[in-house]
Amino acid sequence: MDLKTTEDVATEEERKAADSVIGSAPPSWSDGLRPGVGGRVILGGQRRRANLRHLLLPTLHAIQDQIGWISHGALNYVCTRLDIAPAEAFGVASSYSLFSLRPTAQTVVHVCDDIACRAAGSDSVETMRGHFGEPDTTDGQLTWRTSPCLGQCEHGSAAMVTIAGSPGVREVLAPFNIHELDTVVSNTTAKRPPTPATLLNQVRSELHLLKRIGLVDPESLDSYRSEGGYQALRRAIDFGPEWVIRELKDAKLLGRGGAAFPTGAKWEAVAHSSVRPRYFVANADESEPGTFKDRVLIENDPFALVEALTIAGVTTGAEQGYIYIRGEYPLGERRLRSAITQAQSRGLLGDDIMGSGLKFQIEVRRGAGAYIAGEETALFNSIEGHRPEPRTKPPYPVDKGLFAKPTGINNVETLLSALEIISSGATEFIRYGTESSTGTRMFCLSGCVNLPGIYEVPLGTKLRELIQIAGGVTEGHQLTAILLGGAAGSFVGPDQLDLELSFEAVRMAGTTLGSGVVIVIDETVDMVAFVRRIAQFFRDESCGQCVPCRVGTVRQEEVLARLSLNAPLGSRQDELSLLDDLGSVMRDASICGLGQAANTAVLSAIEQQLIFSSKGNS
Amino acid sequence: MTSTVPISLQRRFDLTIDGKDVTVTEGQTILEACRQVQVDIPTLCYLETLTPVNVCRLCVVEVKGSRTLVSACSRKVEPKMEILTDSSRVNTSRRMVLELLASSVDLSLADDEVGHWMQQYDVHPERHGPQSDPAEEGERDRGHAGEHKAIDGSTAETVAQPIKRDNGQYLRDYSRCILCYKCVEACGVDAQNTFAIAVAGRGFEARISTEYNVALPESACVYCGNCVAVCPTGALMPTIEFDLRESGKWDPKSQTVTQTVCPYCGVGCNLELHVQDNQIFKVTSPLDHSTTSGNLCIKGRFGFEFVH
Ligand SMILES: Cc1cc2nc3c(=O)[nH]c(=O)nc-3n(C[C@H](O)[C@H](O)[C@H](O)COP(=O)(O)O)c2cc1C
Ligand code: SF4
Ligand code: SF4
Ligand code: SF4
Ligand code: FES
Ligand code: FES
Repeated sequence: MDLKTTEDVATEEERKAADSVIGSAPPSWSDGLRPGVGGRVILGGQRRRANLRHLLLPTLHAIQDQIGWISHGALNYVCTRLDIAPAEAFGVASSYSLFSLRPTAQTVVHVCDDIACRAAGSDSVETMRGHFGEPDTTDGQLTWRTSPCLGQCEHGSAAMVTIAGSPGVREVLAPFNIHELDTVVSNTTAKRPPTPATLLNQVRSELHLLKRIGLVDPESLDSYRSEGGYQALRRAIDFGPEWVIRELKDAKLLGRGGAAFPTGAKWEAVAHSSVRPRYFVANADESEPGTFKDRVLIENDPFALVEALTIAGVTTGAEQGYIYIRGEYPLGERRLRSAITQAQSRGLLGDDIMGSGLKFQIEVRRGAGAYIAGEETALFNSIEGHRPEPRTKPPYPVDKGLFAKPTGINNVETLLSALEIISSGATEFIRYGTESSTGTRMFCLSGCVNLPGIYEVPLGTKLRELIQIAGGVTEGHQLTAILLGGAAGSFVGPDQLDLELSFEAVRMAGTTLGSGVVIVIDETVDMVAFVRRIAQFFRDESCGQCVPCRVGTVRQEEVLARLSLNAPLGSRQDELSLLDDLGSVMRDASICGLGQAANTAVLSAIEQQLIFSSKGNS
Repeated sequence: MTSTVPISLQRRFDLTIDGKDVTVTEGQTILEACRQVQVDIPTLCYLETLTPVNVCRLCVVEVKGSRTLVSACSRKVEPKMEILTDSSRVNTSRRMVLELLASSVDLSLADDEVGHWMQQYDVHPERHGPQSDPAEEGERDRGHAGEHKAIDGSTAETVAQPIKRDNGQYLRDYSRCILCYKCVEACGVDAQNTFAIAVAGRGFEARISTEYNVALPESACVYCGNCVAVCPTGALMPTIEFDLRESGKWDPKSQTVTQTVCPYCGVGCNLELHVQDNQIFKVTSPLDHSTTSGNLCIKGRFGFEFVH
């Protein structure tokens, strides 16, 4: 391939930012231009095979962090360094919401306007508008934009502040508070001390995944080891892969990332593959609205994820692991990077893990604002430096995943459950939960509940009990509905509080546990606005690849707008049957789970008569 | 792309299509199996010479045991598969895919079959409301991922926008673009290896674009026109053809196609010269031509001035 770029050149700062990831250009390059090719036509050819493309996303991040936006000149420089066609790199950059391809203010505040904060009554968006006017202005020092769920839902409001510079600032404010925003913006050096997680109304001895939260110092490997850390890895190495896989199978562990796939079978398929290299990925993209469990685990017990992923690596014969963490989790990312460095320095990662001769390395990759990148195959594309578009399955990741090699991928909570199984044994694990939904599960309670937060309970716990543990519905208010499973989940009514939270019971009830989201809703919540926000979410997060989802999510949003403005096209019934048809094609013909689930919450809200009925509050 | 396993080593096995037993060869797609027994499957993003991207979802069929429908163009056959190509789920999805496209994209110059399918599946794009006004020039190209203007549902949003006319060879009318990815594939690994265009943005704001939407002459484009040749909707069109249509002189009945071999170099690409009023308005090459697979270079595609 001949690479050709326009004549826009990068500034020195832009080049420095890119070089911080790629390394310096060879000395023969002057001003960032490859020598001997006139600056305009650059010969790529064979060099493309070196394949540096996977550095694209980290390099774009470096430029965004330090400069505040990605200019044409900067993109050209990245493309010549990494041998990527500029049109393709632009296609990648423009698919993430945290990248700006136009000049913008140095400080950008991303303010959550999503469903859990809405249910909690957040007025951050109005506050920002009052102080700073309309969103997304390009002049001035500070601008703001609305953001989908920032994974801080237990706080009831949230914002992420980015200030471009070297080093740049990325801080989360949760709960959101305008005075604190002033402090962050005016004092860019002082880091706000992170709030340690508290375990509300939970008895530590009954906890498994959360048992170290608040006890271990997340910055200290010694502290983690003194709480029993790295004993599981020792066991996994001593007893070997077949034992680990048998324990996972005996424990009947099902994936916690949404699809409930048996974890033991997944690890086994990778371990028994005849192809090398293999990869193992921890999916920490956590972007399902209402979900914050992985964040709490990562921020407060980062070594546990590092240890669990290492076990997955040595068990499956993968020598390279990745943790893909969403770009809105700066604290979690810092702690993971620090944990990995510490583990490396003590031989718990690297070329000779615990003296066993086994190799495993972990790299952290940061997402850039794209819910779809949490879908496993889109995530692989994202790491590889391609657009985060889901691939068609089959082939499945265990056969052809990251870099087209056999790849295991698990949700953070799944990996921590596996860690628990290896350290305490399958027999102990299946003492909790039901016959086919074993173990405990993390639930994210938010909205109109007295004690929003993370709760770990055995699978099979009744919804009513869970809400009671979280202190019940806000004082003096009436429960109207619960959103289970997130935006891709569905609503259940107050009459379904006896629902057992197990995979089988929710399936029977036609709903889902999804990523463990439980958003409690009372009569103060504007249900029509709430459901419209869900529809907006799917439209905004669709990758745009397939017709049912790309256009269907737009049409769905339009129908809801018309119905809520009481301006139906034809009769109300016509509109409802249009919604049904949209649901059919999205569910049946979309490529991935995003499009397939884009209408379940909407349809369930209508079925439950939460919107557009004489009973609903519209 | 067809399988590279030598034919002698490929297994043959049985499956059923709409209840009828069919013997197929391992590595075939469901689409190929259906075509072999004359079962029609509508396709939009599929082309024999390109790697299937399976994004339009028009070709979906029902496979027993599968939770969702599957795309016939990319899914490989498996022993004992029970395939339904005409079930009510299949027909609903096909009707809706066409309806979603027709309500958001100008399909008036799409291949003739599209019109037939619209009738066959009883498609009613007007159900979604009157179409929105075209976007201003560059508006769709400035979109920020994950954001869109607030809507009230009074119109059906479309991709309508001004035509991009920035070179002498062909123009780009993305109001007609169904985002089938064919042009991107033809410009990339499947043929041209130039990568002048790619999909940018996401969701409904996704679009075919050069980097930062620069005009084609500033981009890497070499005017091979391979993208124009594969575009199924007339979004990419030779300028001469466009001007003929605009001036009202477009007259398919008076058009002829002449076969010849490209005179420019020794490769020997077969050319089909499309002529009206003694003027060549388009040059194509047969998809099944062993040298070209439908692809040409700027000389063969657009170098026909000398003939006049
Ligand atoms: C649109 C979409 C978004 C997803 N986002 C996530 C995510 O953020 N985290 C996650 O663990 N899984 C996510 N998944 C599920 C993954 O594709 C995959 O099933 C999961 O990582 C497998 O891990 P598990 O077996 O441990 O559940 C998502 C799926 C879809 C369709
Ligand atoms: S369903 Fe939506 S998100 Fe998934 S591939 Fe299709 S367009 Fe992309
Ligand atoms: S004319 Fe050729 S080089 Fe130019 S965009 Fe089309 S396929 Fe690519
Ligand atoms: S321009 Fe034509 S070929 Fe390219 S994506 Fe659009 S419709 Fe398909
Ligand atoms: S942080 Fe606001 S909805 Fe999750
Ligand atoms: S033709 Fe199969 S998905 Fe487009």
